[in-house]
Parts: sequence; structure tokens; C-alpha cells
Amino acid sequence: MGILELENLSKNFGGLKAVNNFNLTVEKGCIYGLIGPNGAGKSTVFNLVSGFIPTTSGNVIFNGQNIVGMKPNKIAKLGLIRTFQEPTIYKEFSVTENIEVAHYLHHEANDFGHFLNTEKAKKDNEVARSHTHKLIDSLGLTKFSDLLVENLPYGQLRLVQFALCSSGNPTLFLLDEPFTGMNLEEIDAFSKLVLLLRDNGATIIIIEHNMKVVMDLCEKITVLNFGEKIAEGTPNEIQSNALVIEAYLGSDTTF
Amino acid sequence: MHKTYKNSYKLYFAIIVFVVYLIIVPLAFRNNNYLLNVIITSSILSIISLGVWLVFAIGRINIGQGAFALIGGYTSAILLTKTGISFWLALPLSGILAGLIGYLIGRPILRLKGVYFDMLTLCMTQFATLAMLNMTKLTSGARGIINIPLPKALKIAGITVIPQFTPGNYIPFYYLTALILIFTFFALVRLNNSRVGRVFSSLRQHEGLTASIGIDVVKYRLLAYTICCFLGGLGGSLFVVYTQSIFPTTFKVADSVNFMLYCFFGGLEYLFGPILGSFLLTISFEYLRVIQKYQEAIYAVLLILMMLFLPNGLLSIRIGQLHDKTKLFISKNKKKVEM
Repeated sequence: MGILELENLSKNFGGLKAVNNFNLTVEKGCIYGLIGPNGAGKSTVFNLVSGFIPTTSGNVIFNGQNIVGMKPNKIAKLGLIRTFQEPTIYKEFSVTENIEVAHYLHHEANDFGHFLNTEKAKKDNEVARSHTHKLIDSLGLTKFSDLLVENLPYGQLRLVQFALCSSGNPTLFLLDEPFTGMNLEEIDAFSKLVLLLRDNGATIIIIEHNMKVVMDLCEKITVLNFGEKIAEGTPNEIQSNALVIEAYLGSDTTF
Repeated sequence: MHKTYKNSYKLYFAIIVFVVYLIIVPLAFRNNNYLLNVIITSSILSIISLGVWLVFAIGRINIGQGAFALIGGYTSAILLTKTGISFWLALPLSGILAGLIGYLIGRPILRLKGVYFDMLTLCMTQFATLAMLNMTKLTSGARGIINIPLPKALKIAGITVIPQFTPGNYIPFYYLTALILIFTFFALVRLNNSRVGRVFSSLRQHEGLTASIGIDVVKYRLLAYTICCFLGGLGGSLFVVYTQSIFPTTFKVADSVNFMLYCFFGGLEYLFGPILGSFLLTISFEYLRVIQKYQEAIYAVLLILMMLFLPNGLLSIRIGQLHDKTKLFISKNKKKVEM
């Protein structure tokens, strides 16, 4: 039983079958790729799994628990975190403030306690601050800590986004096109981060269009086209799969 | 975040405002009922507008605050005329009932995406007016409720904490509304600086991100909206006992829009914005009696000018910028208007 099981997952938008009976087993501690042409339904799968849109039918089993119908924040609390395609960060907060928000779900004191600034709340803030500083230092963002994120260069924005989603030590990451817009150096650095996450016990599913990254990083790849799984296997198997090639490049047949 | 001037300036400013508001004005103008009336009205409108600010803070627009002022007002009016309960009980009850109704309405409608929610709030004030018009047994319909008794003295353990309000005497109302405004303001400042305020701000910037890192977006949206409606009810109650009457049209759609306008005018970035907006606009319109019949037209032009030159309200003018007038007019610096 994998950390994530998708059983006949389907989503219809009116008459359009965006995701059609999608089955997937994700083993713990692996890096998976989810690829396919634009409009194949990859982001929709992420939205379904993380609770951002309701499913039409099918089950999503995370750590043995069926999470269909749960609110997205509850799913996040269970340890399943998804990222969005653009670098989603809080533009008006500084780097430190951004990452502190991600710690709120680990606070002990409740809202009222924080309103009154009780001892528990103060302790929460201290713990969050020290975690945040450690994380910022480990990502090399120390000199940016108090800068408003909207002033950061693109690569750093991605790092902050990464810090935001990894603060809670989730067990399953759904990364939606994380390498978009990165140069070779940044791709290299970010790939190392993904591997680090895996080495710390997390499982990662990546949607990505950069084929080199996908083939280098992912241990197993699933290919979607028009909402259906058309292939699954190791990078080598996928590269030589005729259906996959056809999906991306079109078929050879002429009439 | 937005610490645009040092904390020491803030402290001096606060002290000056306190002294003027609580001591100098009531003392110097204790016989000028006209001025006292204007300030009392401004204070009440500020309390109601602070609620609207809170909904702006989570990134939504509330054009229905008039409905909750009406609900709070009628609650107090009915409690005070039909039951014998003291105003000091009726006041919080009106706020609580308005907040409760806000909570029940908010649960379904806050799920709607931004614009649809905003549009629904626009209908609310009218709904409330019609409801009050038609619940004639309770509200006397179009006749309204008049001769609402003034607050009686508040005695705790035999000691008169608050004296009896007497007709024609504006000073007690002045202090009542001033103290409630000050208390509300500081409570909201504390709320805004605490974790809840950060969550509100994160909701305004990116709701999806906030949900994806585990924060209960629904709960916090509801919290902001409920507090907003509570403040609306509180202000409505104060207004009604001050004017000793209420009608279904005491708060109209135009009033709901005005509460929004006060927030814009003062500046959405700062909690003080709606207070500044309420006071400035109310005072200037009272004293510029001659232009009163053009009030709505002037408000409209004012709003357009603000959007062009000062999209972030009066409080967005930095002290340094006042000298650099060219910046104010040339820069179509559309800094984020926080919608």
C-alpha cells in the first residue's frame, strides 16, 4: 500500500472529462513524475488530490485514509502539501514573515491566546522564529530575511515558495511545474533540494515540462493525455514508449 | 510591514488625539451642541466603518453594513421600548445579535468568489429595510419606533458608574461614543497585529496559498465578517438611542456605500483610515451646509479623484511627499489598491 493511492479518480467539468478513471499508486520515499501535454489534466489531478476542487468520482487514499471531500487546509495538516504553478508567496510580507505564516499550524496557543499575547503564544512565536531563521539560513536567504519578497529575484522567490511549503515537514509534496523559469544553476540547486527532501523521508510528485529534469530526477513517471493514463514506467521505458511520443509529437501516420 | 513612521511619532500623535478628543473638545465646546452632534455622529459612523475595514482586510468588499446597523438599531429600539431592559444590556445584545445574523448569513455567502459576494452584500441593506418595513408587529413598519428612552444610570453595587442621560445634554453621548470608539480601535489594532491579523492579510494576498499551508480559510473569513457585523450592530444601537428613533430607512444603501467610502478616503492600509474618513467627510459636509444637496454628487467626484490621484487614501501621503507635490499628481503610481 503506497503512501498515496488514486482509485478510479474522475473529474467532469460539465461534459468534459478532465480526468477519467485515473489510477495511481505512489510508493513512500520515491520521486514521481507526472507528465503530459498541456491540458492533459495534470494540475487538475493535483487540485483533486489536495482538495481544492471536488471529485466527480473515485477515491484518494492518503496514508490509508480516504481524503475525498476534506477541506484543503485539513489535508495540508495531514502532511500533503501542494504548490502552485506561479511562485506563490505573500508579496507584501518579508521573507521571514512569509515563512512564519507556514508555522501557524504548529502553534500551541489558539487565536485568543495570540490576541492576548499569552506566555504560550509568546513561546509559539519564539519557536516559529527560530525554525524560520534556520530554514532561511539553510536555503542561503539570510541576507534577504527582512526584505519584502516582491523585491527578490525570481530564483529566490522560488526558494521562498519552497520554504513555505516545506516548513511543516510534509510527508507528500505535490510540486506543480517547480522548475519553470529557472536557469541551469537554479535547476541544479533546486534539484538538490528535492533530493534532500526525499532523503529526509518525504515522497514527491512533480508535474514538469522540462524533460531533462524529469528524466534525471524521477524514479517513476506517469504520463497523462486527455485526462487518461497512457503510460507508466521508469524514465527509460517512457522515453521509448510510442504512445508517449505520439502524445507529444503527433503520430507518423499520413492519410 | 507598513511601519512608515517611527513608533515615537505614533505615540505623540496618539496622545495629542486623545487629549483633543477626550478633553479639549468637550470642554471647550460643551455648549456648542451643533459641533458635539457632528462629532458624536462621526464617532458612531467610525465604529461602523471599522467593521467594513475588517472585511477589506481579508480582501473582500462589504457594501451591506447598513443592514447590520439597521438590525442592531431595531434590536435596541425594540428591547428598550417593549421590554424594560437597561440600555447597558441592550447595547451588547444588539451587537451580538447582529454578529450572530452575520455569522449565519456569512456561512453560505462567504463561499462565493469575490465579486459575487460583493454583489450580494449590495442587496443586503435593501433586504433589511424591506424586512423591517414588513415585520409590522415587531417594528411598527413604516411608522418606525420613536420616543426611545435615553440610557438610564448604570449602578454597580450601589455606586453610580454611569450617570443618567438627560434630554438635551450631549456630553454623556459624546463620552459614550468616544470611549467605545477608542476601545474598539485599540482592540482591532491588537487583533490586527496578532496572528489573526496576519492570517487576514495572507487571505487578502493569496487565499489558495493560505489554505494549502493548513490554515482554515473558512473560519477566518467568517471571523472577520462576524466582527464586522457585530460592530455594525453596535454602531446602529448607539445611533438609535442617540437619535431616540428608528425607521426602516434610517440606514440605506447610500449609507452602506458611505461606510465603504470612509475607508477608502482615509486609506485602507491603516486601521485609522476609516476613522479619519468618517470624521473628515462628516464634519466637512455638516459645515458646508450650502453644498449639502449636492452631497452625493460630490462624494462621487471625490471618489473618482481619489482613485486617480490617491488610490490608497489620505493616509498614504508620506510626510516627505507633501513637499514633493509633483509626485502626487504625476505619478499614476497605482500601488496596490487593496481589494
